[in-house]
Parts: sequence; structure tokens; C-alpha cells
Amino acid sequence: MRIALFATCIVDAMYPDVAKATVRILERLGHEVVFPAGQACCGQMHINSGKFREAYPVVRNHVEAFEAEDWDHAVAPSGSCVASLGHQHPMIAEHNDDPELSARASAVASRTYELAQLLTDVLGVTDAAAQLGSYFPYSVVHHSSCHGMRLLRLGDRQLDLLRSVEGATVVEPEHPDACCGFGGTFSVKNPQVSAAMLSDKVDALVTTGASVCSGGDASCLMHIGGGLQRTRELMPAQAGVPRTVHLAEILASTKEDPLVLEPLDAPASRTPARSSRASRLRATLRSTPTDRTTGALR
Amino acid sequence: MSVTHLGMPTVPGKGNIVEPSPFPQVAELELGKIQMRTNLARATSTIRGKRLARVAEVPNWEELRDHGSAVKTAVMDRLPELLEQFEHNVTARGGHVHWARDADEANAIVARLVEEHAPVLDTGRREVIKVKSMATQEIGLNEHLEEIGIDAYETDLAELIVQLGHDRPSHILVPAIHRNRREIREIFLREMPDVDPDLTDDPTALAEASRKHLRRKFLSTPVAVSGANFGIAETGTLSVVESEGNGRMCVTLPETLITVMGIEKILPRFADLGTFMQLLPRSSTGERMNPYTSFWTGVTPGDGPQNVHVVLLDNGRTRALADEHGRQALHCIRCSACMNVCPVYERTGGHAYGSVYPGPIGAILSPLLTGTDAGANDTLPYASSLCGACYDACPVKIDIPQMLVRLRNEDTETKARKTGRLPRTQLDAALTAASWVMSDGRRMAVAEKSLPLAHLLTGPEGIRSLPGVAGKWTHSRTLPQPPEQSFRSWWKKERGTR
Ligand code: SF4
Repeated sequence: MRIALFATCIVDAMYPDVAKATVRILERLGHEVVFPAGQACCGQMHINSGKFREAYPVVRNHVEAFEAEDWDHAVAPSGSCVASLGHQHPMIAEHNDDPELSARASAVASRTYELAQLLTDVLGVTDAAAQLGSYFPYSVVHHSSCHGMRLLRLGDRQLDLLRSVEGATVVEPEHPDACCGFGGTFSVKNPQVSAAMLSDKVDALVTTGASVCSGGDASCLMHIGGGLQRTRELMPAQAGVPRTVHLAEILASTKEDPLVLEPLDAPASRTPARSSRASRLRATLRSTPTDRTTGALR
Repeated sequence: MSVTHLGMPTVPGKGNIVEPSPFPQVAELELGKIQMRTNLARATSTIRGKRLARVAEVPNWEELRDHGSAVKTAVMDRLPELLEQFEHNVTARGGHVHWARDADEANAIVARLVEEHAPVLDTGRREVIKVKSMATQEIGLNEHLEEIGIDAYETDLAELIVQLGHDRPSHILVPAIHRNRREIREIFLREMPDVDPDLTDDPTALAEASRKHLRRKFLSTPVAVSGANFGIAETGTLSVVESEGNGRMCVTLPETLITVMGIEKILPRFADLGTFMQLLPRSSTGERMNPYTSFWTGVTPGDGPQNVHVVLLDNGRTRALADEHGRQALHCIRCSACMNVCPVYERTGGHAYGSVYPGPIGAILSPLLTGTDAGANDTLPYASSLCGACYDACPVKIDIPQMLVRLRNEDTETKARKTGRLPRTQLDAALTAASWVMSDGRRMAVAEKSLPLAHLLTGPEGIRSLPGVAGKWTHSRTLPQPPEQSFRSWWKKERGTR
């Protein structure tokens, strides 16, 4: 099958390894991946900030970029951006008196899937270890992001894939369905409320003792990772603060080509030269041919 | 925009539905109240669990929600006709119907009726007893009556706690949710003249104290004021749904009963209650059925109140109705499920929303009732992370997250009309620039050329403090180090143009 990758702006610019991991997974399954060059962003940041007029060109660009290529299905490593395509793009087109774009946007959206959704519903992946060779020997706590859960109804698709990864021990946090408090510009317009939500989320994650917090949305992981990192900075003695890794990178990790995380309590001799408290705790990767880096901490 | 004409001009709502200060400001203050947050987190988490358990018992819950939503949609489509039918049937059964355009008119009508039917006591004042009601809180009825010499006594336990504590309600169903029993005991000891000084904070003892305090009032006060959960057009029946039975006393014992009901509370048929009485108790208190549901239809000679009045309250509702998307906010049956699941409400509490309608529904309803043109309630639509929990919980499927976003856009457009399209804040400026960059893959590629430098400058610790508006972010979160290269440029290098 020919699969179009919608990298999403945040992955493209901040977490390229998540997109590379997505490509690796799909190619491993024997599919051809294309990257529509005109793509930029889903426009959610503008839409959710109430800038329907400014969002219009962003939406139009997305639709045109994906119409310009031939593909069977499109995929994004983000539940939130995929949800925006289906739930918001038609609304923005109609608000800007463009019913034609609305229909085209719906058509693109109807063939665009979140990664776990594509793997499970379209590509028939039920066992990541057997079908993808996924191997990740860490204890993992998973954050199910709000939009994937409530707008896409992903249910346990991400968790089930994670549970089928060889070596991964999956632990449950308290209040797994609680929002991390990101909400795009919400975290800037209501920073204190957002921080209060984040701090409860960080507590719940740290309490599990997991070494990794996985998720299907780079934006939520950036927010959560930012809070975890701050916890590490403020409480260097706090052992076992998990680091964030996108689910795509976990699924892409295999025995032959593993994503290796340096232990958090690395002895001083192993710390990199330009070290600080934070970088000492940072996850680093053994150099691999593809030169991967972990998602959130670098 | 499709507009339904109600035969009345659209008047913005007023009263206790306006946030006095911007949400983020009050929220910051409220976040500091540790006791309040602990009380609230405990209460909302208990009630969330109960609701989920009771909802899970109903196999066709989603169908019920769909049906409830459809009935409400149909009601809004023919509200004028239904209201007239309701008026006709109430009048035919010996009741009286009054129409109030806004809070002031409603207050004046109730005041006139009370003065007509309640005697002046030795104290020189008049008294009425009240059933817990959102509509009368919305219009500030108690305050208005007090000014003109009428004391209104709340009879709902939680409402009584709020009234005695000279406090404001913070939840539509459990107005004293921000209080714990130790605080309630203190309020009773301080404010109830005849209370037992050895009162403990045992819930049964607290309920008993309030029962004794109220019983005298029920037997001696000839006028009661209530709200209504439902008004049935085909019969002219009014209904109050409650837990304690105090409402039942109020609607049966006095000679005169005055009900203030928002015009959106109309249901076409008595049979529609079959749906709503399944949806409401499970969603609100997490019970299969609430203990007391009272119905009354006009006057029954020789039994119950002999003077039955209904005040139909607009107060901005036709304004909301005229908004083709916003009118769904009028579907609300005030169950409070949305606030119980809201992560923002759970942390800020109800007072941060200013209006008597807090939480997610308040964040859309208050601005819809008042309009935001004059700057009122214009920070409420932003008081949400758009997590969507409210939409999932709402028994009548109000798409609150989408409405929040639409109201944000309305606010943006209103301000643009007033002050021009130039960005007003740093955030606005950033978003305007981002729109230009993010609507073109090539411009994104150019913007991403700064990544290698940003990567070098940042270092692996990430960014701990940023200037300006972004500083609000880095105050509690570290930003990661940008990568050396975007995915786009990696792909181009590795795979060519494909
Ligand atoms: S909006 Fe829905 S969930 Fe919230 S109080 Fe109204 S009916 Fe209940």
C-alpha cells in the first residue's frame, strides 16, 4: 500500500525522530511511504485560539498538499492533528464560506489515520513483537491523550500495541484519562491552571516508578516532558522520573536496532563531558546507523 | 445564520452571570486555596465514580442521550409555539403566567407578587421560603428582595450553608461543594440562633440541625419561590427534581407558589420525562432515581398552593437561541456532570467563573447569555484545555468544546472589528506570523533552517526560561532542545523529493 505521511508541524520541526520511526514501521510492513512536500500544519493552534480566519489558509494548504499526491491512506503520529482534520477542517472551510473546500477536507480526513489506528484497523497489526519485531525492555507508563481518546475513540489501541511489545512492562497511572493541561494556547492563556493540571499528571506518572512515559501525541509529550524535566531539575534526588518517548519510537525499536536509554542513575564516569544535572539524567542513544535520538529530552 | 424569531426583541442577559474579573486572574487566586481544592477534588472524584457506575448500568445510554438531544433540538426549533401552549394550559388550570425579558423584570414581578401575598411581620419585614433554583440565583432574586424588605430563606441544605456562610455557590447542584463538614459545623454554630452548642460534624447531626432550623419556617411562611427543572407544554405541568424533600414542602405547604423558570426548560409532552428522568439523576448525583420529584399543574382547589404563578425568564436566552450553534447551550438540564469531570473546574472551583453557571457549561452559557461585545465574560471561552471530557459526560450531548472554540473566534472577530486587525498581544502576533509560515510547506522549510543554530544555542538541557509571553510556559515547564534538522530536510536529503 502507498501511505502518505503527515508528519505534523511539531514532529517535523521538534521531534523528527518520531516521523523517522513512523516511516521505519510502515516500511518494515512492506508499504511504500510518501511525504507530500507541501504539507505544513493542521491549523489546530489557530483554530483552538479562535483564529478561524488565520486558520483558513493553513487548512487549505493541508488539503491541497495531500490532494497533490497519490496515496491509499494517510497517517500522522498524532491523535490530536488527525482529529482536527475530521472535526475542525470542514468547520473552518464553512466558516470562511468555502463549502467546496469543506467537502475536499472531509475527503482527505476520511482517509487519514492516527498511527495506532492505521496499524490496528487498516494494516491488521495486533502483535507488535511478532509483526513489527518491536522490542523495548523498559517499564512504560502510557499517556492516552484526550483527543485520541475522546475525538477519535482510539480506545485501547495504543495501549494494546504497547503491551504486545517484547520486553516492555506496561504500568497504569492513577487517573489515566486525566488531561495533562496542555491545550495549546491554553497553557499560555491560563498558565497557572495548566501548571496545576500538569503537576498532578507528573505526580501520577512518577508514582508508577516507570522509566518511560509513552504517548501518541508529541505535543502532549512535550508538555509532560517539560514538567518531568523540571521535576528532575528541582529535585535531583528524585529517582525514577520517567522520560518521554513517542509510541512510534517504541514500536520502531527492535533487537537488531534498539532504542537504548541510558539508565537514569548513570555513574558519574559515564556522563557526557558538557554535563549538567539535567543532561546527566538525559536519555542518550547508542549511535546507530540512522542516528536516532530520543524524543523529548534532547 | 438562522435566527428564530420569538416575537420578543433580543435582550442581553444580566444579573449574576457576569465574571467580575478575568478568569485567569481569579483562577490564580482560587488555585491558592488548598482546603478548597482538597474538598473539591475529593467531592468531584467521588461523584464521577458514582455517575460512571450508574451510567454503565443502562444498556441504551447512548440512545437515551441521542433522544434527549433530539427532543431539545426540536424544542428550540418551536420554542415560541410551545411557550404559548404552556401558558395556555397553565392558565386553563387556574395558574398565572408572567413574561420577564430580563433579570430586572423578573425580580420586579416576584417582588410584587410577594408583597401581595406575604404579610408584614412584627420585624417590619416579609418572609419567603425558597426551593433551590438556578434561575433565581441567576437574576439575584434574594439580594433584590432583601433590599426591599423581604427575607428569602433557602431550604436546600447546601444552599442554606452558602446563605448562612455569606458565601457564593460554587457548583450548580452542590453549591457548598467547596466546604467540608468541619467548616459547615462552624457556620451552623455561628449563624443558627437556636442551634445545639454541642453540635458535631457528623453529617446526620448537621442535617438534623438544619431540619430543626427549617421546620418552623415551612409551617409559618405563606409564600414560596421555586425554580423548575421542567415545564410541560401539553399539560402546563411544572416539576422540581430534588434529593432532600425540602422542595416538596415548599411546593405543597404555602398558599402561594411562585416559580421562576427559564424559557428553555419547556418539554413538549409529559412522556418526554421518561427520557429526561433517566438521564438527569444518573448524570447529576449518580443515582438511579432521585428521592423527590414533584409535579404540579395549576391549582387544585382545597389542596396545596391556591395562588400559582410562573415567571418565564428570558434574560439572554433568545440571544443564545438566535445563534445557530450557540443555541445548543440551551439544551442544558443543569445536571452538573460536565463540571464534575472538568479538570479545570476541579482545580479552580466554581467561583473563578464569576457567573452562577460555572464549569464547562458556564464557560459557554454565560457569554452566550450576555454577549461578549462589551468585554463581559470574554475570558470564559478560553478557560478550557479542550480535553473533551464535558462533551462525553453531557446527557444531552452539548458539544461544549466546539462551542468554546466558536466563541473564541467570535471574541477574536469582535475585537478585530473594534480595534482593527493589528495583533493586540504577543500571542496574537505570533499566531498571525505562524499562519503565514504554516500555510506553505516551502515557508516551513525556510523557517526550519534556523533549527541547527537553535539546537546549538540551546544545549541538551533544553530551555528553562524564555522572555515575554512564552515565559509563562517555561515558568513550570522546560522546553526541549530543538533538533539539528527537521524531518522535512532529512527526508529531502535521504529520499529526494518523494
Ligand atoms: S451542559 Fe450537559 S453535562 Fe453540563 S450541566 Fe448541562 S446537561 Fe449537564
